[in-house]
Amino acid sequence: MKQGLFTVTENACLAKEIWRMRLRGDTSAVTAPGQFVNLKLEGFFLRRPISVCDVEGDVLTLIYKPLGQGTRLMTSFLPGKELDVLSGLGNGFDPALSGEKPLLVGGGVGIPPLYLLCRRLVQRGVQPAVILGFNTREEVFLEAEFRVLGASVTALTADGSYGKKGLVTDGIRASSGYTYLYTCGPEAMLKAVYQVCASSGQFSFEERMGCGFGACMGCTCKTKYGNKRICKDGPVLTKEEILW
Amino acid sequence: MVNTKVTLCGLPLDNPLIPASGTFGYGYEFAELYDINLLGTFSFKGTTGEARFGNPTPRIADCPGGMINAVGLQNPGVDAVISTELPRLAKCFHKLVMANVCGSSVEEYALVAEKLARCQQVGWLEVNISCPNVRHGGLAFGTDPDMAAQVTRAVKAVAGKKPVILKLSPNVTDITAIARACQEAGADGLSLINTLLGMRIDLKTKKPVIANTMGGFSGSAVFPVALRMVWQVYEAVDIPIIGMGGVSSARDVIEMMLAGATAVGVGAANLVEPFACKKILEELPAVMEQYGIDCLADITGKAHI
Repeated sequence: MKQGLFTVTENACLAKEIWRMRLRGDTSAVTAPGQFVNLKLEGFFLRRPISVCDVEGDVLTLIYKPLGQGTRLMTSFLPGKELDVLSGLGNGFDPALSGEKPLLVGGGVGIPPLYLLCRRLVQRGVQPAVILGFNTREEVFLEAEFRVLGASVTALTADGSYGKKGLVTDGIRASSGYTYLYTCGPEAMLKAVYQVCASSGQFSFEERMGCGFGACMGCTCKTKYGNKRICKDGPVLTKEEILW
Repeated sequence: MVNTKVTLCGLPLDNPLIPASGTFGYGYEFAELYDINLLGTFSFKGTTGEARFGNPTPRIADCPGGMINAVGLQNPGVDAVISTELPRLAKCFHKLVMANVCGSSVEEYALVAEKLARCQQVGWLEVNISCPNVRHGGLAFGTDPDMAAQVTRAVKAVAGKKPVILKLSPNVTDITAIARACQEAGADGLSLINTLLGMRIDLKTKKPVIANTMGGFSGSAVFPVALRMVWQVYEAVDIPIIGMGGVSSARDVIEMMLAGATAVGVGAANLVEPFACKKILEELPAVMEQYGIDCLADITGKAHI
């Protein structure tokens, strides 16, 4: 983990209630896809944890959804604004376990961390298949970016307004021969994915956090191998250790 | 050169700064960030007789000027603390540490205290009779003078030479009554305040944010309340006080000491500013000089007439 000042270089709305922020700073603590950063926002006591969508050189890309007052405030940040950031938090995904044909499954604002994972997998010479789930057409984002990486992408919407109609689990059921599954999304989605997942895999969880670096025990969950802090021992858990 | 040394219940501290229990784990997360031997000491995670998972999540809520936690004393139990956590701590912390003792019965407090008192690394026993997040014990012992005295006597009986510090709750009508009861029962010191009972409601779900409904409110917003209680308790007892509650700067440390604190705890600030204690220690000498303070130990209670 590192604490540092980052400068906003870009902050734009990508889709309905989906924003992308790019920040410039010391990204050296970001070592794995699926990690997160914790942002200090003026007027708020606790920092706001946001997953890392991409990192390249000294540029960090975050994609976030203005769900609460803190993330709503973030949408007002203009280029040039400085932010106090704790970076390199959490364990992240392990791309080395992917096998030949990994499946990446993301739902809504759980999709962003899968982008850096996908990029890392492609760099390793692996061709991932990606399943992206959205509620509706207006909320679709990152699909084109995954395609540019060379991944085969299936987009689904719950209301059928874009791509295939259905849930990500429908996409998983229609997939065969995948060697490993990586997923991130709301807990109900993760649970459904777990039930249809035919391989081993890694699941990225969300929880309300205090510190984000393992000190307060605010985000602990039970696993088959003891208590784990989502912020420090997670947010990524292996399929085999998850207790629902 | 200013002098930051203080003495807490007969044991010397290089400075009065003590990260508060529950905000500093067993020290390792912070030892990865800076040399925690800079601290006076720290109070490790509250320890019970058996392992506890704590409360269901969400356990955390953000608030203006602070946060609510309802962790519920998650800890591996006293035996695992002694066999696993303390040896690991010894590698990164070379000073005496403060052991935080919790329980849900007088017997459990005594059992945990007796085991921790035997550890060489432990300098002080801080007895938590003020946790708002556990159903049995915790706060119940800290809101009744007789029960506070019972716990104090039971822990004193097994503590050997280790100073016993009772951690008091602000969730009482008169904190001085509890403070006096602890002193009369033999307490060597007091630490205050633990968190204030609070809650938040999520407007979207229209339900409490915290799974356990209520939790302990801490953070900079509670500083004036904590300062007032330290002031009152200082006037009521003769034993040393660790002042805590919303401390986040060197100025706060000095203010707490002027109100009557011998040492100063830093809690929630560690969670949002992982380098908070290091920064406070770095700024402390300059702030002391600015206000004409040569020796910190001299200012305890100096605001009282």
